[in-house]
Amino acid sequence: MTAQVLAAPTTFKPHKRKPLLFVIPVLIALTVALPLFSVMVLALFPSNNIWPHLFSTSLPGYVKTTLVLAGGVALGTALIGVPTAWLVTHYRFPMRHFFRWGMLLPFAVPAYVLAYVYTDLLDYAGPVQSSLRYAFGWTSARDYYFPSIRTVEGAMVMLTLVLYPYVFLLARAAFLEQSASVLEAAVLMGNNAPWKRFTIALSMARPAIVVGVSLALMETLNDFGTVDFFAVRTLTAGIYDVWLGMNNLGGGAQIACLLLVFVIVLFTVERLGRQQQQHYQSVGSRYRTLKPTQLTGVKAWAAFTVCFLPVLLGFIIPALILARYSISYFEESVADGFVQAAINSVTLAAITACVAVAVGLALAYSHRLLPGALLDRLIRFATLGYAVPGVVLAIGIMIPFGWFDNTLDAFIRQHFGMSTGLLLSGTIVALIFAYTVRFLAVAHGAIDSSLRKVAPSMDDAARSLGHSPLGILRRVHLPLIKGGSLTAALVVFVDVMKELPATLVMRPFNVETLATRVYQYASDELLQLSATAALCIVLAGLIPVILLSVAIDRSRQDT
Amino acid sequence: MKTPIPRQLALAALAGMLTVLCGTVSASEVNVYSFRQPDLINPVFKRFTSETGIKVNTVFAKQGLIERLRTEGINSPADLVLSTDSGPLEAAMQADLLAPLDNTTLEQRIPAALRDPDGRWFGLTSRARIVVTAKDRPLVNPITRYEDLTNPAFRGMICTRSGKHPYMIALIASMIAHSGETAAREWLIGVKKNLSRKPQGNDRAQVKAIWQGECDIALINSYYMGQMLADDEQQAWANAVNITFPNQSDRGTHVNISGVSLTQASPNRDNAIKLMEFLVSESAQSIYAEENYEYPVNPAVASSELVQSWGEFKADELSLTDIGKHRATAVILVDETGYDN
Repeated sequence: MTAQVLAAPTTFKPHKRKPLLFVIPVLIALTVALPLFSVMVLALFPSNNIWPHLFSTSLPGYVKTTLVLAGGVALGTALIGVPTAWLVTHYRFPMRHFFRWGMLLPFAVPAYVLAYVYTDLLDYAGPVQSSLRYAFGWTSARDYYFPSIRTVEGAMVMLTLVLYPYVFLLARAAFLEQSASVLEAAVLMGNNAPWKRFTIALSMARPAIVVGVSLALMETLNDFGTVDFFAVRTLTAGIYDVWLGMNNLGGGAQIACLLLVFVIVLFTVERLGRQQQQHYQSVGSRYRTLKPTQLTGVKAWAAFTVCFLPVLLGFIIPALILARYSISYFEESVADGFVQAAINSVTLAAITACVAVAVGLALAYSHRLLPGALLDRLIRFATLGYAVPGVVLAIGIMIPFGWFDNTLDAFIRQHFGMSTGLLLSGTIVALIFAYTVRFLAVAHGAIDSSLRKVAPSMDDAARSLGHSPLGILRRVHLPLIKGGSLTAALVVFVDVMKELPATLVMRPFNVETLATRVYQYASDELLQLSATAALCIVLAGLIPVILLSVAIDRSRQDT
Repeated sequence: MKTPIPRQLALAALAGMLTVLCGTVSASEVNVYSFRQPDLINPVFKRFTSETGIKVNTVFAKQGLIERLRTEGINSPADLVLSTDSGPLEAAMQADLLAPLDNTTLEQRIPAALRDPDGRWFGLTSRARIVVTAKDRPLVNPITRYEDLTNPAFRGMICTRSGKHPYMIALIASMIAHSGETAAREWLIGVKKNLSRKPQGNDRAQVKAIWQGECDIALINSYYMGQMLADDEQQAWANAVNITFPNQSDRGTHVNISGVSLTQASPNRDNAIKLMEFLVSESAQSIYAEENYEYPVNPAVASSELVQSWGEFKADELSLTDIGKHRATAVILVDETGYDN
């Protein structure tokens, strides 16, 4: 009894149940989960049983390749993202101010574009091998060995280079939100100060880092462009083989479900490991930013190199190559409709960023108010959409939307003698819904990890002063999680700019985006003609990257 | 200060939004779901619009359009499906999404072998799957048949794209149809043994690999030769190879089609038929021939000069429906032989 009373102030008390507060988030989560449900229903109706064949032939290979690729990307993104975020947050070294946002640059490069660029650069006819042949007097490919980029290792490097910004962004937001007092207390107690501080900060930032790595992993699992181009046979490749090659959509959906099982296992393992850990941040008067330490000499240049290499490989080199092509093929590549495509891309990305952040916030906040198992599971399920290849998710959306449209149409025809046609299918609304489902994991993950760091005692205090849940959200939480929300909006914006498979198949007639323009040419290995559009995706991605990283910094400094 | 919006204006705006959402069905439009790259087909559509005043609306994607058509059901706005191989058209046919069409103009302009007997799909162009070999490294044993590719003399000399690509699957399916599953399996095993690298890249990339000296023999679609010769940078690749039409002494070279189908849901049926007729007209067919180096289906239209310079060839007359029947088996064979690994 005494123990309970003592424990009471530190545990979180669920808000008194209000039906509406519960029903709305459940409805939102169910709607977002709809496409996944329909993929699962599809999986119940394969035109043939593919498993005996798959088990004895390609399945072990698909699974192994997928695991190797995912493992490599997880390791790679964490090894680049976390140390660079730490260095940029806590040390002064050459160009540190640039790296605060510069580290995010590769994020604007679609993985498939990076794959095309590096193949162009490193293959036989490219400048690297040509120079080697010239230097050593070799005459054909049979005279020497050169590692092929079109391998699972190559895909690993490409995906790591464009995906580490997820980890960087989330780790940095977490490091920034950590109060100096906690870290300084650690410094006072430790003897090996910088390292101790890093390990303590790391364990506090772990939820955010895990979110970052799992986003990178989901992106890896749904990638088709890169693995297809490199002929790497992952489970995603298997989905396409069964669906299109064997004309068996149900069988393809079954492999998609297997992919989901992978993700669920991944999350469960991660969650079990983290269950006992819960770090709250008391944000308020005690919060102070930690003054960055000045690095000098070798240490300063080492820090510079660690940060510069990923940016060089993931952004500067590909951007230069694209720029070179863009200049020599400028007229062909900006022919009719280019400006319209750019406007379409930015509009779709901006609308989706707002919608996804609103939905992510609604789900994360209502889960905070009503931490029930049902809502928790629903949200986790709904955000899995990110791991599903875009075109499979698109089919999962088209099915319920088509059903809704046609059922409504039939009903109205029967009772009112007029036709409503397709209200949702093939419209911008359906497309934005698709983007929201696909990228909700990003928005929700970033907001949720920010929200979790706000101590529940703040809610209790505000509530005891008579504020309503929405009032608390607006006055207490929003100011504290501004950084996290901005991060969410930024990532969703850039992701939508790059999104291809769902855009291609769900867009209304005659609607082009920058990504679809890139794809037109790049899919036919005509990199030259796609360069300008690719460069514009990169540039358009840059503007919010810069604006928002400035805002993230400021939101921290203001407090 | 707030001025109340006049009710009529608000209603008009609402009606306007609904019209946009519903999609307009006007008399002067035709809607196309296209598996074909827009850069080739847009000039054809532009000419159609300027001749008839009918606007062509398109959605281009390489996967998922048949599923979109299916989920949209009877209310689908799509009139036509345009495809670069027979696979999607056949999938749509099996899902009962295509309307049979009895049209004299189309029947006159397209040879019977290149269209569905029931009029559910019509070929627009055909392309041959040819063998190319390195010019500066002549082969000791010449290749005259696809079957010759398994000759152990060619160990480490062959490059192809993924065995799962529709073009390869169609070729393998044709071998199953002609010689049976066992022979096709043996063929895949034999070719795999002769590969110089893991199957990767598109057809163009195989020619490039010959030019680079990575391999000596490749399988490609005929029109890629013309496209490469028309490109400053890629000319050198195409000039590095000789071309062969296989199986001239027996069943003929494997050909595939690009084609068009009318949907059952088609809201602008008359316009759609006009566009179909236009696509096999002399003006449209000559764009296909001259710009993309494909074989026009309309016998009245000549191939491009380059394509003519390759000479006449005997095409495999196996119907595409027969090829389609063996497609799933072909995919299974590619898996079982580990061709792509």
